[in-house]
Amino acid sequence: MFLLKLLSRNAFRHTLRTLLTILGITVAILAFGLLQTVVSAWYAGANASSSTRLISRNAISLVFSLPISYRDRIRSIEGVAAVSYANWFGGVYITEKNFFPSFAIEPKSYLELYPEYVLTPDEKRAFFLDRKGCVIGRKLAERFDWKVGDTIPLKGTVFPGTWEFVVRGIYSGAEKSTDESQFFFQWEYLNESLKKTVARRANQIGVYIIGLKNPQNAAEVSLAIDSTFKNSLAETLTETEKAFQLSFVSMTEAIVVAIRIVSFVVIIIIMVVVANTMAMTARERIGEYAIFKAMGFQSHHIAGMVFGESLFIAGTGGCIGILLTFPVASKFGEVMGNYFPVFQVDRSTIYMDLLFCLIVGIIAGIFPTWRAVRIKIADGLRRIG
Amino acid sequence: MSASPQQQILVKVNAVSKSYRRGNQPIPVLEGISFEIVRGEFLALMGPSGSGKSTLLNLIAGIDTVDSGSIVIDDIDIATLNGAELARWRSAHVGFIFQFYNLIPVLTAYENVELPLLLTSLSRRERREHVEAALAVVSLSDRTEHYPSQLSGGQQQRVAIARAIVTDPTILVADEPTGDLDRVSAGEILGLMERLNAEQGKTIIMVTHDPRAAEKAHIIRHLEKGLLTDVSP
Repeated sequence: MFLLKLLSRNAFRHTLRTLLTILGITVAILAFGLLQTVVSAWYAGANASSSTRLISRNAISLVFSLPISYRDRIRSIEGVAAVSYANWFGGVYITEKNFFPSFAIEPKSYLELYPEYVLTPDEKRAFFLDRKGCVIGRKLAERFDWKVGDTIPLKGTVFPGTWEFVVRGIYSGAEKSTDESQFFFQWEYLNESLKKTVARRANQIGVYIIGLKNPQNAAEVSLAIDSTFKNSLAETLTETEKAFQLSFVSMTEAIVVAIRIVSFVVIIIIMVVVANTMAMTARERIGEYAIFKAMGFQSHHIAGMVFGESLFIAGTGGCIGILLTFPVASKFGEVMGNYFPVFQVDRSTIYMDLLFCLIVGIIAGIFPTWRAVRIKIADGLRRIG
Repeated sequence: MSASPQQQILVKVNAVSKSYRRGNQPIPVLEGISFEIVRGEFLALMGPSGSGKSTLLNLIAGIDTVDSGSIVIDDIDIATLNGAELARWRSAHVGFIFQFYNLIPVLTAYENVELPLLLTSLSRRERREHVEAALAVVSLSDRTEHYPSQLSGGQQQRVAIARAIVTDPTILVADEPTGDLDRVSAGEILGLMERLNAEQGKTIIMVTHDPRAAEKAHIIRHLEKGLLTDVSP
């Protein structure tokens, strides 16, 4: 208790210097937390993917499609529990600034394979029955203030023209990591229209989503699917949903690595700042440490005082930084919702924040402690006066 | 000076030498000093600057170590103690009074006096009793919550004396205790030290330049160039 009192009073002996140091740590921890959350958001799709699902696409490129006829052949393969399919639609609402992910899906099988998109039975029924119906995520509905029953016109970028949809349901995510900014409509609506306008693009699928009976058989089932279509006009490349999502992330990996490096550099910089503060503090108090020693206090007491003060400053700044990370990340997520549909501070980020506070506090205290402990009492006393 | 049969020798300084190094050059400070201090003595060490009196005081107080010789205090040869043992010995047996008071500025008078007791096994209540008694001895019971910056020089030195006596140490060492005080405050501090010696039997070793301060001591020893020159009664 006495030590805590001494630590806190010592820490604020130079109020401005301590407050500026705490502010520096706060900003560093906040920056680290946000940057780590950006990295997590980058991987949100991959992290939210299920181990029970495979994605099968054209082996040449995602740009090329697969025939609808593959559906039944995939379903007959050993280990496959369910098959659904989807096409990337790439629609924009009014202007390209209003971008959001939009997919043409086979409603029943798709929603069965993605139970994380939670809709009421009435919403599901209404969606299944309306060829022009769509379901949208909660965040997307909030973004444009869309409600069930609204008619939404989208301009197609992959499939040209203006397409009109009626909102039949607004889904919410079963988990925090579920993307609630997507737009789904009936694949049949897209296909029927294409039959009339661009017949050669009809009956084509972007990706097949395959539900597995046993996730442990993912490799065998993937191999079986790809073998089935080997040497056909459209060979398949089947992989786990996570691998599929990570293939998108890998395209921008250099940026992710850069963000990670910057976040660690921020921590190193603040470590140097705190170490400098503690070094100044210890130099100023060498005489006092000598007095403590003269009274019988030993090296571990002195080390406790210096380390304690260093940890107190790092801990105070760190805790404020962590507390601020949540509201700032929330605001950041709102502003950057288009790019990061899932933007939430991971528990692991908080643990890393705490770990770095501890490391900064300890490393910043090492040199001053070494000096304070080594000082000879008579030498220290001579510096007073 | 030798002690009479009734007088118990408390400190025995035997052939103590001490030197410091400046680069590769050893600078002798004390050369073969020997003397004794009896329990309850009030001794003043005088001498010009650089004569080695503060060094001798530091050696007796256990905050510096001898090059050769021995210092036996209450039958303990402190030259044989290691760092941790010496720290424990100081906390139990030595009270320090410095020229510049050396109070911890972020602690109140009460907390400053309580500091040495934190190294004991006393309970909080017992510590409070000791601190209040020590502050009463120095007539500062009404200044317990004052910080050093809120006290005059004389009052700060009285707090420092309370801190020095709160553990009831065997010896009090004072290095120029009146050196930073005006004449009136210096007189009060010397009076207080006299009382501690006379009424509580404290053994006091004081380094001073001030002849008026030295007059309060029973014995004055003079040091010059690292050697004891004479003894004044």
